[in-house]
Amino acid sequence: MPFPLSHLLHFTPELILIVGFVVLMIVDLIRPLRRAAGILALVILAAAGVVAMFGWPGTSQTIFATYSHDPFALFFKVFFCLATIVAVLFSLASFKTDAEYYLLLVGSALGMSLLSGAHDLILLFLTIEMVSIPSYILAGVYRGQRSSGEAALKYVLYGAVSTGVMLFGMSLLYGLTGSTDFDLIRNHFLQGSSSPITLFLAMLLILAGIGYKVAMVPFHFWCPDVYEGAPTPITAFFSVAPKAAGFAALLRLTVTLLPRGWEAGWDWPMLFTLASAATMTLGNLAAIAQQNLKRLLAYSSIAHAGYLLMGFAAASDLGFQAVLFYLIVYLFMNYGAFFVVDIVSRKEGSELLRDFRGLGYRAPYVAAAFSIFLFSLVGLPPLAGFIGKFYLFGALIDQGMVPLAVIGVLNSVVSLWYYVKIIREMFLRDPLKPVPLLTGVGAKVLLLALMIPIFVMGVYWSPIIAVAGEAFQLVLP
Amino acid sequence: MTFLPVVGLVVLLFIPRDRLNAIRWTAVFFTGLVLIIAVVTWARFDPSQTGINDERGFQFIDHVSWIPAFNIEYFVGVDGLSMPMVGLTALLAFLCIFASWGIAKAVKGYFCMFLLLETGMMGTFVALDFFLFYVFWEIMLLPMYFLIGVWGGPRREYAAIKFFLYTLFGSVLMLLVMLALYLNTRDPVTGGHTFNMLHMMNQSLQGDWIKGDTLRALMFFALFVCFAIKIPMVPFHTWLPDAHVEAPTAISVILAGILLKMGTYAILRINYPMLPDTTMQFAWFIAFMGMVNIVYGAFCAMAQTDLKRLVAYSSISHMGFVMLGMSSFTPAGINGAVFQMFNHGTITAMLFLLVGVIYDRAHHRYIVYPKDYPEVELRGKLGFGGLANQMPIYGGVFSLAFFAAMGLPGLSGFISEALCFVGAFPTWQAFTIISVFGIVVTAGYILWAIQRLFLGTLPERWKTLPEINGRELFTLIPLGAIVILLGVYPSPVLSMMNDTLNYLNSVVEAGAHAAGVMSVWLPF
Repeated sequence: MPFPLSHLLHFTPELILIVGFVVLMIVDLIRPLRRAAGILALVILAAAGVVAMFGWPGTSQTIFATYSHDPFALFFKVFFCLATIVAVLFSLASFKTDAEYYLLLVGSALGMSLLSGAHDLILLFLTIEMVSIPSYILAGVYRGQRSSGEAALKYVLYGAVSTGVMLFGMSLLYGLTGSTDFDLIRNHFLQGSSSPITLFLAMLLILAGIGYKVAMVPFHFWCPDVYEGAPTPITAFFSVAPKAAGFAALLRLTVTLLPRGWEAGWDWPMLFTLASAATMTLGNLAAIAQQNLKRLLAYSSIAHAGYLLMGFAAASDLGFQAVLFYLIVYLFMNYGAFFVVDIVSRKEGSELLRDFRGLGYRAPYVAAAFSIFLFSLVGLPPLAGFIGKFYLFGALIDQGMVPLAVIGVLNSVVSLWYYVKIIREMFLRDPLKPVPLLTGVGAKVLLLALMIPIFVMGVYWSPIIAVAGEAFQLVLP
Repeated sequence: MTFLPVVGLVVLLFIPRDRLNAIRWTAVFFTGLVLIIAVVTWARFDPSQTGINDERGFQFIDHVSWIPAFNIEYFVGVDGLSMPMVGLTALLAFLCIFASWGIAKAVKGYFCMFLLLETGMMGTFVALDFFLFYVFWEIMLLPMYFLIGVWGGPRREYAAIKFFLYTLFGSVLMLLVMLALYLNTRDPVTGGHTFNMLHMMNQSLQGDWIKGDTLRALMFFALFVCFAIKIPMVPFHTWLPDAHVEAPTAISVILAGILLKMGTYAILRINYPMLPDTTMQFAWFIAFMGMVNIVYGAFCAMAQTDLKRLVAYSSISHMGFVMLGMSSFTPAGINGAVFQMFNHGTITAMLFLLVGVIYDRAHHRYIVYPKDYPEVELRGKLGFGGLANQMPIYGGVFSLAFFAAMGLPGLSGFISEALCFVGAFPTWQAFTIISVFGIVVTAGYILWAIQRLFLGTLPERWKTLPEINGRELFTLIPLGAIVILLGVYPSPVLSMMNDTLNYLNSVVEAGAHAAGVMSVWLPF
């Protein structure tokens, strides 16, 4: 099959990232330039993101027989570039590090961008690995620190097992269908010639592998330890970008390979319903007892994976759009929350709940920002988190899935408890050390930049939901 | 009007935090402006327009599209049901700014939160789009949490989180019902789903009536629990004594004066016209719980040693009258209920302000010192006594407020309570008769409290208590005047809501009849 070179044009964002990756590698070798590596990474990512944005929404087509070029992929390319940009900014504000750190972030962004378009089992596997391997190294980037090394090792071990499981599922699928191409596999499914049980097993194993990426219960065990041990900017990055990448893969797999009403198949929405209920309930209940804020936010991010899975349980266009919308909102509020934790923990030396005592009087601006991020995570109007949940619940009610919706809203109430615990610590209690906690201007601006979208999307979200709708409509072959 | 306080909040943010008087007067200015607008609206309000489910019946409408893709609108307006509440909100918010003069900690934050709260309250009363209503409803939560939690009494953390969790639990239930209603309501013009409350009330016209008795009953109770928490109805009332007692004076006033009304207002605005048949079916439950509230609240109030707790429990009791009246579907009952909402707002506001006055001076507010009081020799002794000698004006105003709460003829509380009973009796004879005994208990705890506080001999310790000052009187006199005025001449408020409420009655009855529910029903 001939591949017209013009198709390469669709790869411009990835090409920029590849070139940038190489440039960064060279920069790392030239001592005087090393300091500029962070800025350079920003430029590269911004360029890739802008190029991807200009392609929006474009037309859907399959290129090189393995890759979907569609609004869905473009949406996620922009999303990943944005998420990585915030991570770089976050790191620049947070700590000094080598050029290779930024190199790895760019590499990870490249992997995620490719993943968003993967239309083939092998490419999917390769891109997932391309995201994972930089992540393993990034988790251990504090070379001297035990906890960072421990986080990295745990991440690698769990990751290796889940990758193996996923690969096993993929090989089963290949053996059953004789193809790695999503379209061909789908056709095979629709013909219904293979035994449903085996297909179910194959898909289940693949989903388990991805479930690990998004920290879905029962594949979440790595999450709190890794999040706690890794440097905070990296934790924030993990909780947003690779998680969103997992959801991107999950979305594409669900929509192309598990169409609703596929009679010979399994009741996938039911499975997602169970996974969603278990994930959010466990995440929220476990978060209540946490004293370390990074751990608390780790469990909270597990809970949010559960909320996102509600969209899969609804398995309707509305549900998937809600997932895309929620991911955008989640990016801002979760980065924001982790950023505040980072600001405080760098001054206090640890990120325990009591380090935040009286923060409202020591650093009113930071504390107010933190409250906004937390209330948005709870899902209180008029903040964006509410709108995100509103769409997810709306999708469920639309499908008549009231029990899961009830579990979801009760979880919101539970989550209020531990988020408010932080707010109580900040505002209702007097500080242990009544000295102001000073923050740089850059950090304040970054906080503001993360806060504004939360307010704007809380009161006027039409454009964003339109983008999410457009990104989703055209994904089907 | 709704967003003026937010403008004020933004202005406040730019005032340096040590310019206390500038901050206070800015808050006064903005709440005053809201009050003036409310008064003008009140004056120009045409009471013959009925509102409820017909957009033409609403006045001062703002109706613009907000999120067109989801048919969410910015749709606000007032009718005879919301107008008294809007007036009450504007008045109490203004007066409470003065009652907050003594706040010493983080003054700027306090007034910011207060103004945000006012926006939430106003918005809830005027919103006619369910989504908008929900947003305003939730906006009230945050400032309330901080106002109780940061500026409250010793157990404030507990009280604040309890309030927050209870209310949030209720509102998420409302969220689900809201979504269900949305997906079953069509705009008659465009045919798309809509959050417009009026269209939700007119579901049957579009043939979108939600089917299934069980489902309708579930929806009714999900909404009802949400609103009952706010009222607060027994057994969801336990947040109230804690929140009231721990909150600073002005916030107790707002809580009792306005937030409690949200519950009954929302039942009348949402449950009644949107689920008329289920409302009719379960009216007995509302009436029954109203009776329980009256009697239980009164007995609890009698047992209290803390004056503020006594007032808090008396609120529970008085909100029972509202529930009893509104479940009767008679003109007198429903008018009495809404009038009682208004009157309770003014009377309880007075009581909480007065409790605040004595607490500011004596730093305690025990009628009788509790048995675990730290100073052993004071345990079981009267907290005050003979205060009428030391603070005659204070004693006079307090007695006025107490008598109004008791329902003494000539004061506004009497009219609304009498209307509630007169209206409720034809429908719920047994419940009404039992409830009337609640009045006796009310008289009991109030007279007993007056006796122990103001009569008798003044202990040596309190001989230096200063008399109530001008600022405090300034907050009380308008309320006292309203209480007396409405007691002898209630028609300004009654005539304002009469047409709307009678229309609401007929809407509910028509809807229920159309669904085959012919009259109220008693299971036993």
